[in-house]
Amino acid sequence: MTRIFYALLALLFVALPAQAGIDDTINDITAPIASFIGTVVFFKVPFAGAQLPLVVLWLVVGAVFFTVYLGFVNIRGFKHAIQLVRGDYADPNSSGEVSHFQALATAVSGTVGIGNIGGVAVAVTVGGAGATFWLIVAGFLGMSTKFVECTLGVKYRTENPDGSVSGGPMYYLRKGFEERGMAGFGKFMGTFYAVGIFIGALGIGNMFQSNQAYVQLNTVAGGALDGYGWLVGLILAALVFAVIIGGIKSIARVTEKVVPFMAIFYCFFAIIVILMNLTSIPQAIANIFTGAFTGEGVAGGALGALIIGFQRAVFSNEAGIGSASIAHSAVKTAEPVTEGYVSLLEPFIDTILICTITALVIGTSQVADPNFANGAQGVAMTSAAFERQLSWFPLPLAFAALLFAFSTMISWSYYGLKGWTYLFGEGERGQTIYKLIFCAFVALGCVVQLGPILDISDALVFLIAVPNILGLYFLAPLVRAEMNAYMARLKSGEIKKFKN
Amino acid sequence: MSNTVLLAIDGSRGSDRALTHVRKRAELGGAKVVVAYVIEWSPYSFNTPEENAERHSRRETEISRATTSVVEPALTYLTEGGIDVESLVRHGPPSETLIKIAEEVGAAQIVIGRRGESGLKSLIFGSVAGNLIQTSPVPVMVVP
Repeated sequence: MTRIFYALLALLFVALPAQAGIDDTINDITAPIASFIGTVVFFKVPFAGAQLPLVVLWLVVGAVFFTVYLGFVNIRGFKHAIQLVRGDYADPNSSGEVSHFQALATAVSGTVGIGNIGGVAVAVTVGGAGATFWLIVAGFLGMSTKFVECTLGVKYRTENPDGSVSGGPMYYLRKGFEERGMAGFGKFMGTFYAVGIFIGALGIGNMFQSNQAYVQLNTVAGGALDGYGWLVGLILAALVFAVIIGGIKSIARVTEKVVPFMAIFYCFFAIIVILMNLTSIPQAIANIFTGAFTGEGVAGGALGALIIGFQRAVFSNEAGIGSASIAHSAVKTAEPVTEGYVSLLEPFIDTILICTITALVIGTSQVADPNFANGAQGVAMTSAAFERQLSWFPLPLAFAALLFAFSTMISWSYYGLKGWTYLFGEGERGQTIYKLIFCAFVALGCVVQLGPILDISDALVFLIAVPNILGLYFLAPLVRAEMNAYMARLKSGEIKKFKN
Repeated sequence: MSNTVLLAIDGSRGSDRALTHVRKRAELGGAKVVVAYVIEWSPYSFNTPEENAERHSRRETEISRATTSVVEPALTYLTEGGIDVESLVRHGPPSETLIKIAEEVGAAQIVIGRRGESGLKSLIFGSVAGNLIQTSPVPVMVVP
């Protein structure tokens, strides 16, 4: 067995030079498919001189509605969210169960991915500095959408016979509509969502991640990996394979523990870079505001900046997509709405903190030297911004990017799998098939260019948002009632703190 | 003054020595013994989504394993000596949880065996007995 393995490995290296063109071939095949999916899902309507994709409108309207309908829960619930995460209200009798902190940490490490490093650069390149402003607004509004999603996720989760929990939009869509006497429609929506998430997982949580991880590795290697995307792809796919099929869970466990520290490390040095660009800060902030409302130099003006900002924010914090609700529903709590509060912090950490920091790193570098990136895009652009001040940073950044990408891929493989098992049951063989497809897409992500990947990923992600947000509208009254009842009990002192 | 002793066990050799010691003392003095097993756990750890989904059933398994393999034999051993016993299995940070239990049951003393780990190992992993000595509100007896 080992001999065969080495033989194959040798063959691979012999074949290397001959196969360097493989990347181009695959890219040529996939690009038209991607742009087709992109046009269909991103059905755009001309609006005030800009091209407004309907799905983006769908997400914005949803987020604004939930924010207003729940009386700005994203602001009012913030303090309580922190108390909950700290464990102030944790019942000592449920020690050993999944805590609010753990559910949040798991969901955050699924959302903090390459989108926070590379996606922001894309937003700034396409939408100008002003996109940053709308990115933050989107993060702020997205907090309310998350609140609704995660409350419902916990409320309608299913406890399996083996004691494990399954939750997420497919469950709340089905059961929620069933309760409202629309069982047939609920079943349809649950299925729609499940199909969406298991296909969607191949884009945002897979190809985009592996693609950008490869790009950053290649940047650090000084372009030595040009044309070898397929090889990097295979290695990444093998690592993911080892975890999700090989059952080498320890890799995932280690990643999960390292990611939070990498995020802190990243933010720490990002702030240092911003401070090193001190003189450029006022101008960078001014650019963000003027760009947001005038849309200077951006296709579609201010509206163009808004669209891009929202698109990239959702791509990063996943509000409205429902994915995080799958992770949040594992929490142990008697009050579903508490997890809603906790989940508010997720877009806050992901978008309002980390994405803004990245945007400022890029923005201040741009002010200091408009050509700092030399035409680099995505994560490579962010890397260039860091490199201007800290020449050694691209290497640890590549490591961080790789870890972020990896943990996000592992989380999404789980989300996708939950969609799959919802549809096809827990059968081992089916699960393995899905996992194999997932690994194949990891490899593919390193080969295809960023443009088509973004087209496919965006399209798939927003496709899942359609059934999810539609369901959220229907179930929002329930969430509001639950929130008000909980708040009343909290005020009257019926719900007590266990810690002081 | 309460005559309750909290005995912290974990199935190690040190904890067996503590058990023997407690039985001898309790037989002489007629103390009540609360046997506690703390499964090390923190609400602030980072887990994969899969680990979280399986957490509930994993917790049950951990508790039943601790109960059958360590706590029950200890209870039988103490009851044989005609001692009044009670038991608890709980998740948490070990020394903090033990102190909390001691307060709940009104223990006059905590008895714990020591692992006898020295140097680097205890520096990295800490020592429950050492922590208890520093933080416990009631006297702590460490059985060598």
